[in-house]
Amino acid sequence: MRITNPHEQAVAAFRLEGDQLWLEGNWTVQQVDRLYQELIRTLRRYPRKFLAINFSHLQQMDSAGVIVVEALEAFCQQRGIRVSREAIPENIQHVFENFSARQITTSVASVQENWLERLGTVIYQVLYHDVVQFFTLVVDLIYFGVIDIFHRRAHRAGEFVRQALYIGVNAVPIIGTVAFLIGVVLALQSSEQLRQFGANLYIADLTAIAMVQEMGPLITAIMVAGRSGSAIASEIATMIVSEEVDALKTMGIQPLRYIVIPKLHAALFVLPFLTILADFFGILGGLMIGYLDLELSPYVFFNRMIQVLYIRDLATGYIKSLVFAYIIVLAGAFYGFRVKGGAEGVGRVTTMAVVAAIFFVIIADSILGLLFY
Amino acid sequence: MLQENPVISVQNLSATFGDRQVLQNVSFTVRQNEIAVILGSSGCGKTTTLKHLIGLYPVQQGNVEVLGIPVHSASERELQRLYQKIGVLFQNGALLNSITVAENVAIPLEQHTQLPQKIITQLVRLKLQLVELPGVEMMVPSQLSGGMKKRAALARAIALDPPLLFCDEPSAGLDPITMSALDELILKLKRVLGMTIVLVTHEVPSIFRLADRIIFLDAGRVIFEGPLTEALQSPNPIIQEFFKKGRGENRPANPR
Repeated sequence: MRITNPHEQAVAAFRLEGDQLWLEGNWTVQQVDRLYQELIRTLRRYPRKFLAINFSHLQQMDSAGVIVVEALEAFCQQRGIRVSREAIPENIQHVFENFSARQITTSVASVQENWLERLGTVIYQVLYHDVVQFFTLVVDLIYFGVIDIFHRRAHRAGEFVRQALYIGVNAVPIIGTVAFLIGVVLALQSSEQLRQFGANLYIADLTAIAMVQEMGPLITAIMVAGRSGSAIASEIATMIVSEEVDALKTMGIQPLRYIVIPKLHAALFVLPFLTILADFFGILGGLMIGYLDLELSPYVFFNRMIQVLYIRDLATGYIKSLVFAYIIVLAGAFYGFRVKGGAEGVGRVTTMAVVAAIFFVIIADSILGLLFY
Repeated sequence: MLQENPVISVQNLSATFGDRQVLQNVSFTVRQNEIAVILGSSGCGKTTTLKHLIGLYPVQQGNVEVLGIPVHSASERELQRLYQKIGVLFQNGALLNSITVAENVAIPLEQHTQLPQKIITQLVRLKLQLVELPGVEMMVPSQLSGGMKKRAALARAIALDPPLLFCDEPSAGLDPITMSALDELILKLKRVLGMTIVLVTHEVPSIFRLADRIIFLDAGRVIFEGPLTEALQSPNPIIQEFFKKGRGENRPANPR
């Protein structure tokens, strides 16, 4: 006697003959989704006013199957087709009784967003040597960063916009302020020297080029590393501590793609804009000092600035900001995933992430600066 | 009687972390539609065993087969197929804290099916109704009590009607009434949905209510595997002590 494999699934199907709709096979959650679309299409063209759904060939049904059948019945009723159920086997009848007789209550919508972090017990294994983990992450970020632009289902809908808001929009006031002050300080320090040589005009050169090529991208990256690098690390670390990452894994979702990639996309998108903003405010600071301290009219300052800035300078700043964005997310993810211990561990890795992000941003800045020189 | 394939089959599973041998030659099977309880005192390796079964720890030594899939040597794709057929209830629920309850329960449906949003919404409501938690769809996990979080997490675990459910210390931190209500829920899942359930716990009242089969661990070894009734008759002093203390008695149950 052949022993049937209890883990095999009979293929779900349907047959429309006359005014009878035969359901066949296993109407379970894995198979029912494509059938639903097909059935809707078929029923759209159904000409009669009466339909009998025959369940006698149905082997198995689960809750998804019940909901789909009910949805189809509702669809028919909307189009004025009367539906009846026929020849329901006993096991299928049980399933209907369990799932469909309920009054599914509509819930009162009370949307309240609450970003508290929960801490719990943790067992997290470091399975790979540090270096292998690091380079795997480096490559994974690049690979999935590209692939997931086209592969929407790997992460939550709307996450990109949400992250762009947190990382970018919310940082505008602080970056604008800081950049302005840096521009002011920069100009102030050099104005003394420039005045001695009567080279007042060159304050425009100095401020514009320094901001666009160096200070703008750097200050922006440092602020974002502090704000968002720490947020990324602590969010991941907390999710690990509370087993949320384990839960994602056992639902077949890759935590890196679900949590980190949207942040990477957002950071890459948003940092260049923030950099331009920083450039603008920094130069504005310099302009103000030029006017107040060096008797340089804004009109002259502006003209000189345009003369002196090349597209190349702006491009350098843009490329730098992209590289910095990648470094910040990499640092946050790398340390976040390596958390050990509870609350203390979360704090520890958050600190390490920010320090590493800032440090490597500055190193990258030097390297790129030399490269582009 | 037809010999059925066991739903879970573990053979000689061993695990060492650092210089500690946490599991030693652990072997057991779990059969269709039964509730198997892995138990023992704290630190005996229960949760470690469970995490091996669901692929969170790589198998160092031994064989682990779940629903016909060899977890010890499975590829990414095979593990993905396994995850579509199991549900896991973690000790603290492990709901994602940044999204609502409804969004949490919908995750497996959105991930593994192409069902339209309307159907998913209905299914989510149905599952929450099943675990007796209606009306909380729009709340975030931090607004729920401990018992409610567990129920919501259970709703998420059964979203795809999996044939196999794992629960890691489901009663942890619950008062006796909530605990027994959760146990009733688990029994309902076994009866009504025909699930096979693997439970890790050390709560004796729950064990009495739920267990068909006991796998008793002590210091990383299986010292008993079989029906609960047999376990209670076991002459093993560790098992006797466990159930005696669990029942709150101070005198030995079976004087030898």
